[in-house]
Amino acid sequence: MTGAAVARPEGQATPERRRLKTNLGLADRVFRGVARGGGAIVLVIMTLVGAFLAYRALLALRESGLSFVTTEEWNPDSGGFGIAAVIVGTVLIAIVAIVVATVLAVGVALYISEFAPLWLRRWLVGMVDLMAAVPSVVYGLWGAFFLQWKVLSLSRWISDWFGWIPIFKVSGVTRHDPLATPTVYTSSTFIAGLVVALMVAPIACSVMREAFSQAPPGEREGAYALGATRFGMIGTVVLPFGKGAIIGGTMLGLGRALGETIAVVMIISPVFVIQPRILENGTSSVSSLIATHYGESSPFALSALFAAGLALFAMTLIVNFIAASIVARSRSGAVSEV
Amino acid sequence: MTLLKTETGARTTTVTAPPTTTVPDRRRPRGVQSPRPLGGFRTTDVFALSGGLAAALTTTGLLWIQLGPFTGLLGYIVVSWLLFVATYALLVSFDEDRPTMWDRVSTVVVHSLALVLFGVLIFVIAYTFARGARALPHLNFFTEDMRNAGPLDPLTVGGIKHAIIGTLIELGLSLAVSVPLGLLGGVFLHEIPGRFSRFVRTVVEAMTALPDLLAGLFIFATVILIFGLDKSGLAAALALSVTMLPIIIRATDVVLRLVPGSLTEAAYALGCGQWRTVWHVVLPTARSGLATAVILGAARGIGETSPVLITAGATAQVNVDPLHGPMMSLPLLAYTLVQNSQENMVARGFGTAATLMVLVLLLFAVARVIGGRGPGDLTARQRRRRAAASRRDLKRFGGRSPAAGDADPASPVTYPSSPAQGEIS
Repeated sequence: MTGAAVARPEGQATPERRRLKTNLGLADRVFRGVARGGGAIVLVIMTLVGAFLAYRALLALRESGLSFVTTEEWNPDSGGFGIAAVIVGTVLIAIVAIVVATVLAVGVALYISEFAPLWLRRWLVGMVDLMAAVPSVVYGLWGAFFLQWKVLSLSRWISDWFGWIPIFKVSGVTRHDPLATPTVYTSSTFIAGLVVALMVAPIACSVMREAFSQAPPGEREGAYALGATRFGMIGTVVLPFGKGAIIGGTMLGLGRALGETIAVVMIISPVFVIQPRILENGTSSVSSLIATHYGESSPFALSALFAAGLALFAMTLIVNFIAASIVARSRSGAVSEV
Repeated sequence: MTLLKTETGARTTTVTAPPTTTVPDRRRPRGVQSPRPLGGFRTTDVFALSGGLAAALTTTGLLWIQLGPFTGLLGYIVVSWLLFVATYALLVSFDEDRPTMWDRVSTVVVHSLALVLFGVLIFVIAYTFARGARALPHLNFFTEDMRNAGPLDPLTVGGIKHAIIGTLIELGLSLAVSVPLGLLGGVFLHEIPGRFSRFVRTVVEAMTALPDLLAGLFIFATVILIFGLDKSGLAAALALSVTMLPIIIRATDVVLRLVPGSLTEAAYALGCGQWRTVWHVVLPTARSGLATAVILGAARGIGETSPVLITAGATAQVNVDPLHGPMMSLPLLAYTLVQNSQENMVARGFGTAATLMVLVLLLFAVARVIGGRGPGDLTARQRRRRAAASRRDLKRFGGRSPAAGDADPASPVTYPSSPAQGEIS
């Protein structure tokens, strides 16, 4: 091709580029129209979710103004209301969840892509998918009826030995107090975070596993040929290759963790003050606030709930956009086809 | 064919085979490199592992029973695991160099993490069934609703029929909305690339993790507050379809991307329009993947509690009318039942959750059976069926124009009436 172009005599005007025009048939024009319409409908639905939340929230937001962000209590019908406490609770639960979930997800993704025997992999991938589809109410039941009571001793142990770190402090109990009632440790941010971690770990894990398994075999073999152990190979080839997916998967999980509702509702006991001690009874989250208060609300209180929902919406949207762009950028994708 | 025979057989002779078409064996995709399995155990590894484990367990036991004020099984497991990793690292470092030690330690850590996650998954499911086991054996649990069952009534009264029916109705309605729209959206993203579809894709991807509760809140704000519909099955179904839509679109997009480009280009080369290509080539090729996408979306949708909580209301009796009156569904019923601390109600709640879990597992099993394979990756049975179909086609073509079949293959086959030929040029 290039040879022919060079051989062309100088000065001769390049022939005008042919215009390629496709005359689409009627069927194709209709198809493209319908498909575009479908895309537009999807876009409209997704935009409407945000638009309606904002529209409904206006009433309350106009009333409260900026104090909506700084007020802790939630009494829309009589006095102040704000999301300071619930946002802090939501973020704390999500942070506990994402710390635990990231460790689990990276480990399991590495196990599936690097360690598990080949015949087992398809099953494990299926199990991770299944885990993502287990209803949240099932996790909630397990967390509220089983895990909560088994974690108490661990919570107490952490608060006994690491209580000097502010977030692990539990007010109202002294160290090694044999009479301390274990209920101080129930319904805490920590327990809710653990349960949410189980729900978001498979989501993060499947993103990571996909990236890890695409790490180029040539580079893997190269690392082995240079004398790397398996751990050395993972550290120098697989993890750098999947770095974007690790970050992206974590963010995607974070988005889910921020919005998780029913499992959190079943575990926490809501308080409307900023409560940074994660092992102690009582916390709150935006979604659990909405789920528990939507029924008994006057129109104004309902508008306040929509405002809280709008805050959650904005938060998850930002996190998700960042996650999506990181994941999209990390994936090389373009593989030539045979 | 000819070339192949000369290369593999004796190099001097040229075998001229009659021109036949051989279908390449597509059982195993070519050019895919799979990583080598690197495993294997030596005796010293076994000694180090078992020694570390024994040391950790006994040391922790000593701490728990004799020395420290520690209690609780979970703490015991956590502490002994930490001790185990430390001891194991020490034992390995006696024999091996440092990189090998880190390799062994990381292997142990990764295996334990996998064990924790999969163990917890199995345990969560098993626990639900175990706690629900008191309610599940009673047949009335599936054939009655909760109308006559108070909190103190025995398990022989009342059941979850209304929730099963409600779940199926809501799921059916939401699939009726989200499957056509989702497939259309996925086809749009795949077939009409451009700036607009890139934007739609970004929005859809961001919406995949939209909190389910907000989908419910959205339907509550529009359908219930503005259009004045009751809290009903239809409202819940709409909320569920808003949740499922991005999942189905994304999965469809991914599945369609796996359809081999050579197939679609062959269709275009044969003169198919875009619509015909999509309908006759792309969608059938991706059929199993699409079905899996829909089923996985359904499995997600069926378990959502929070959108239903806001939009469906709660009732204790069977309601088959999705337009009027509250409708119960399985996740919502499980949530409602365990709010009541009576033991029988909790058992019923777990039984409901177990039933829901059975439905999800069933959907998953179906998805595994029909899907889980790439496009063009067929089972043995499908391959046989397809070979039989092409034999039938061959016979049909042979029977259609015996004259053309006998004619010189070099001369172009002429069809009696071909007005299209003039148009093509």
